[in-house]
Amino acid sequence: MNTARDILVIDDELTVTQAVVKVCSAEGMTVAAADSASDALRYLEDGEFCLVLCDIMMSGLDGFQFLEELDRRGIQTPVVMMTGYSTVENAVRSLTSTGAVDYIPKPFTADELLAVVRRSLRCAQLLEEAESASLEHPGCMSYVPCPANYYRLGYVSWAVLEDEGTARIGVSDLFLKAAEGIAELELSLTGEDLLQGIPCAVAISQDGSRHEIICPMDGTILEVNSETQSNPSLVEKDPYFRGWLYRILPPNPENNLQWLSL
Amino acid sequence: MLNSKIGFKLTFGVVLTVLFAIGIFAYFNIQSERKSLLGEIERHANQLSEAVKSDTEYDMMRNDRDRIHESIRRIGQQKSIDRVRVFNKSGEIIYSSDSAEIGKMVDKKAESCYRCHLAGEPLEHLETPDRTRVFSPGEEAPRLLGIINPIYNAPNCWTASCHAHPRSQTVLGVLDVTIPLTELDRTIRRSQAAVVALAVGVILILSLIVGFMVRWLIDRPVQELLTATRHVAGGDLGYRVDADSDDELGMLARSFNNMSDKLAEARLQLFQSDKLASLGRLAAGVAHEINNPLTAVLTNSSYLLKRAEGQDDTREDLKVIVSETIRCREIVKSLLDFARQTVPKKRQAAINEIIQRAVVVIENQLSLGRVELVMDLDDALPRVTVDANQIQQVFINLLVNSLDAIGEQSGSIKVTSRAVSVHPAGMLQIKRAQCPKRHDLIDRKVQIDGKPAIGIRYRKQDETGLIYLDSIYGSQQHRLDDMPDLRDGVELLCPECSRSLIAEGEACPKCGAPIYAFEVPLKGMVQGCLQDGCGWHRWEQVDSSWNDKFVEVRVADDGCGIPKSQIPKLFEPFATTKGQKGTGLGLAVTWGIVDNHNGTISVESEVGVGTTFIIRIPVES
Repeated sequence: MNTARDILVIDDELTVTQAVVKVCSAEGMTVAAADSASDALRYLEDGEFCLVLCDIMMSGLDGFQFLEELDRRGIQTPVVMMTGYSTVENAVRSLTSTGAVDYIPKPFTADELLAVVRRSLRCAQLLEEAESASLEHPGCMSYVPCPANYYRLGYVSWAVLEDEGTARIGVSDLFLKAAEGIAELELSLTGEDLLQGIPCAVAISQDGSRHEIICPMDGTILEVNSETQSNPSLVEKDPYFRGWLYRILPPNPENNLQWLSL
Repeated sequence: MLNSKIGFKLTFGVVLTVLFAIGIFAYFNIQSERKSLLGEIERHANQLSEAVKSDTEYDMMRNDRDRIHESIRRIGQQKSIDRVRVFNKSGEIIYSSDSAEIGKMVDKKAESCYRCHLAGEPLEHLETPDRTRVFSPGEEAPRLLGIINPIYNAPNCWTASCHAHPRSQTVLGVLDVTIPLTELDRTIRRSQAAVVALAVGVILILSLIVGFMVRWLIDRPVQELLTATRHVAGGDLGYRVDADSDDELGMLARSFNNMSDKLAEARLQLFQSDKLASLGRLAAGVAHEINNPLTAVLTNSSYLLKRAEGQDDTREDLKVIVSETIRCREIVKSLLDFARQTVPKKRQAAINEIIQRAVVVIENQLSLGRVELVMDLDDALPRVTVDANQIQQVFINLLVNSLDAIGEQSGSIKVTSRAVSVHPAGMLQIKRAQCPKRHDLIDRKVQIDGKPAIGIRYRKQDETGLIYLDSIYGSQQHRLDDMPDLRDGVELLCPECSRSLIAEGEACPKCGAPIYAFEVPLKGMVQGCLQDGCGWHRWEQVDSSWNDKFVEVRVADDGCGIPKSQIPKLFEPFATTKGQKGTGLGLAVTWGIVDNHNGTISVESEVGVGTTFIIRIPVES
């Protein structure tokens, strides 16, 4: 793994790849840039990368076709999708497609980029650790996975349906671990409408970087968890039960569930 | 053009009627005049003939023929008499004012004889009307009236010394007097001429009056309506007809105006939704194209900002670049949001603070443009639940528009904020209505103005039918059809269970008529008056709780103003008056944002005076 470079960035806009290369290499990461998906595939054949940053709307193979190609070729490098066309669909697909781990809408600041890159790198690392750990010590993991019957949006957030037709939503432990602990939470208000694929809260980590928590399900907020509001560390301690964020009333959960995994 | 149609037809009809009426009147009038005149002349002729008879009686007794000749000749010379003659039983003219006639025989079939000699044995007695006759002696000669006066046998005649007549004879002869009818004919001709003159005069005057009235009362307003239809057909939905009269055409004009208003509104809605599809595609393209260069700017500037520790001047400049690029990002995002019509991220906020923030953004432009900004903000405004970024965008858009409207000249912009209570009448739709037994009164099959109507049955003895009330509270476009007056004891009933919907013991406070009442579940009773022209209504729960429901912000400038024709298109995407300067999206985005907040935006403008945009955001309890 020592030979692996950190990041491969793919975008048909030279200015974007240049900016990403500049920002990330200034932080000590090794970065390579490709201006098309097919170029990127050649890079990936030649050497290993820890993370791929890939634009969605590109001429030739687009971002999602690139993901399919990776899957076909058995390349398991995690991919962060970037797009200037930040729609709900793009966000949700980026979080749920095989191979993609995260999503960053363009344009972004250096800090926003670094926050996502670090989080994704750490997430990939955690997943890898978990895989090797489970081989050596089955049942022992470095993060707590979602309980059964919890619906997951990528590795970010979860939703669980309640008997009354309401749903509770929260953040997954992997996301929290990848964000390296949170110091503060910015939550929405009761009565607000949430949309699947749109951030519903912001977690601010110890180093001050902001991590937007993408909402797993449409719905109107019925209740904001006052415990987590007053004590954000509760989310980390018990992310799936006492550390929930909102109780919502989803208008049509079936539509949302097709994007979520159990 | 219209004159020759409606005007002509109407005038023609009126003239025909008048002609007919005058004709009938004149016919009977002249007939009766002729009759009375003739009667008069008859009476006169009879008197005359009696006078002649008594005048000559003595001479006849004495058989003094010369004196009789003389008398008859003298009488016959009078102007008003045509001639006087006497003939004996065998028809021989014995005396005549025309001496040439004497001794001639008169045919029994002559006009003076046939009355008595019509059937076999001659009549001996005749009534006065039968004794007269009107005849014309020749083609050109004036008509004449003749009267015969039989001379009966008398004891003196057969006892006289001359023994001229035997006793057995009843009628000795006939005195025949004829009088010319020249005067009568002339009078009748004069009457006829007068009638014709009257008819012509009346027809002329009537045609003038009818023509003028048609022109003034029908032609003019109809022409105006025609012009308006042409304008509306041509797409100018802002065209208004003057609707100042109270007649049916005035009502038509008002309905027309109302219709084009509604049409304009519908077109705006349609346009908005229609344009959304293409706007969505455009937004996708724009977002992609703009976001890539923005990424380079934002990433690089924020990267530089991180590295510029200790260089305060540079840091300040870079901060501006970063924050402004982030603003650009938000704008592009809001464009996408508008295209998607996403739900805004609403939080409780003070509208005045949002206005202040918007003003800070455009402050630079203010100082350059010699524009004075007057703020009149109400400090006691309730907080509103809005997406502060989007609403700030709205105010920035409006302020920039105002600045553009003022242009190079100096001017002023006034921003006012206040709480307003807009009465719900005419805005609020009654979505549920129940009778006392909780039957649904909303009839979804019948729509008034596109909204399901409220169906109610009326009954008066055997007469029954359905009426439909407008479900927009306070709007009076009910369909009452031919329901009799409520004051005449008409019942209003639930169509399903026939429970009464008349408010017991209550009357309209405005006109005193009985009022209807139904329940809106959880929202109290709605009452109203159906009397023509009254329009009273009450919905206590809504009427009283509606106060201070909106925060209203007015952005007024004294710039160039917007032509009336452009106002309906103002909020359409890509409708710009700024040429190359604007994208034409500003007000469309503004409209979309305000609409997403369940608010309203309207505009008042006059060319050369200025423009005021009025935004109302609902305050949720």
